[in-house]
Amino acid sequence: MAAIAGLVGLAGLVAIWAAGCGGAEADERPQLVVAAAASLREPLTECANRYQAAEVRLGFASTGEHAARIRQGAPPDVLAGADARTPEALEAEGLLTGTSVFATNELVLAVPRHSGIRSFEDLGGSQARLVVGSPSSPIGGYTEELLARLPAEERSAILARVRSREPDAKGMIGKLLRGAADAAFAYRTDVAAAGPSLRALDLPDRLLPSIAYAAGIATASEHPDEAAGFVEDVRSGRCASALREAGFGEPGP
Amino acid sequence: MSRAAFGALLVGSLALSVAFLALPVAAIFLDSSPGALIASLGDPAAVDALMLSAQTTSISLAIIVAVGTPAAWLLATREFRGKAAVVTLVELPLVLPPAVAGIALLAAFGPAGVLGGAIEDAGIRLVLETAGVVVALTFVAAPFYIRQAQASFALLDPAVIDASRTLGASEARTLARIAVPTALPGLAAGAALALGRALGEFGATLIFAGSFQGITQTAPLAIYDRFATDFDGALALSAVLVCLSAGLLLAVKVVGGPESLGHARG
Repeated sequence: MAAIAGLVGLAGLVAIWAAGCGGAEADERPQLVVAAAASLREPLTECANRYQAAEVRLGFASTGEHAARIRQGAPPDVLAGADARTPEALEAEGLLTGTSVFATNELVLAVPRHSGIRSFEDLGGSQARLVVGSPSSPIGGYTEELLARLPAEERSAILARVRSREPDAKGMIGKLLRGAADAAFAYRTDVAAAGPSLRALDLPDRLLPSIAYAAGIATASEHPDEAAGFVEDVRSGRCASALREAGFGEPGP
Repeated sequence: MSRAAFGALLVGSLALSVAFLALPVAAIFLDSSPGALIASLGDPAAVDALMLSAQTTSISLAIIVAVGTPAAWLLATREFRGKAAVVTLVELPLVLPPAVAGIALLAAFGPAGVLGGAIEDAGIRLVLETAGVVVALTFVAAPFYIRQAQASFALLDPAVIDASRTLGASEARTLARIAVPTALPGLAAGAALALGRALGEFGATLIFAGSFQGITQTAPLAIYDRFATDFDGALALSAVLVCLSAGLLLAVKVVGGPESLGHARG
């Protein structure tokens, strides 16, 4: 009995493994490892599957986490970050090259669709459990920029509502969707990707931080030309279209 | 295989295991200077994280031992229909990836979860609160203790248990005064495993309870937070966690007696 169960389990594992390998024929294309910010998950996954010039392997995490790995000597070929500051810092350290902005995004206050919070002004006086990005992540940095532009009283009222500082943008959305949090400062694109259960409340223009997503090629990359090609696609090719469709803004002049 | 060759294989295997397991731990201490490590610990967030880890892990372990010991005794001494299924259910968290554990806890105890309404009506808040951390740690670590305790109780000499009952002791007294002390090395080993597991838990805590200094940011979460921007800080916190874990492990094993320190029986 136990032996049969064990064999079934083993057969299941083998089937999963075979399904993984069986599909791809011998892939002669170069392999590109792309480290991307968590908020880029949906558009990049789509377009990377259809990317012709190379086999793209995407890894999603907080931009800061990717940067730490690059600094520890384990670089990908391309870094696509949720800010410009991190790629530019890495370029100054000689770890990245060709850094350029490829998209913009907007900070919003994300709430569940039926939330009692109808506007940003409602937040400070509410009992809402607020989640924000951890200070070491771009989303956390943008939130701090926003809060710094508020008068001290309003800022304290909002900070008093914070209940968790999440390492990346997607964790906050997950908590909102499960009712584990009542509000989050998130990217407009993440709220859109989460579907009808969430609503994005606009933030006052004068408070909005300017959000620029920048990408760079690792100096240690073994496929710098293919990497540059992918970055160009993300700036102005198929991947760029996927980004626009997901709600990311144009990189600007 | 000749005797000498087999001996060499044994020694080689152990040497390889020790080297592989010890090097990353040693690297935590070697990769940065002691001064830098100690300075990083002056950070109040680091202190908060360590205190929270110690606090939540201790509470979890207490719950696990209090509830798990009688449960393991029942599993060890009774046969009943569906026992195999019950045992499998109890052991299931062992093979769940921590992130899955976090999702599962949200699905069960989160505000939108199966028991969410009942919990809120009772006025209990778990998500984004310290109590949620304890729930997460207990969930992932309990199977380690229960399984080990069940095995230890099952190994007890039935004659000793029978003698105790024959002499008039109730089953409760037998459990408390005979079974637990005799099975102590095994119970201590199970507690050590559970403790280690709870101390290091990350994914379930992050997803179910969140990460906030002083409330839910345990040491592993604080280490992760520092990894991106302050590697020395991450190393320092890791070093302290290693020492804390080693100390607690040793304490539990001393309670368990010479057997659980690794010496052979007899």
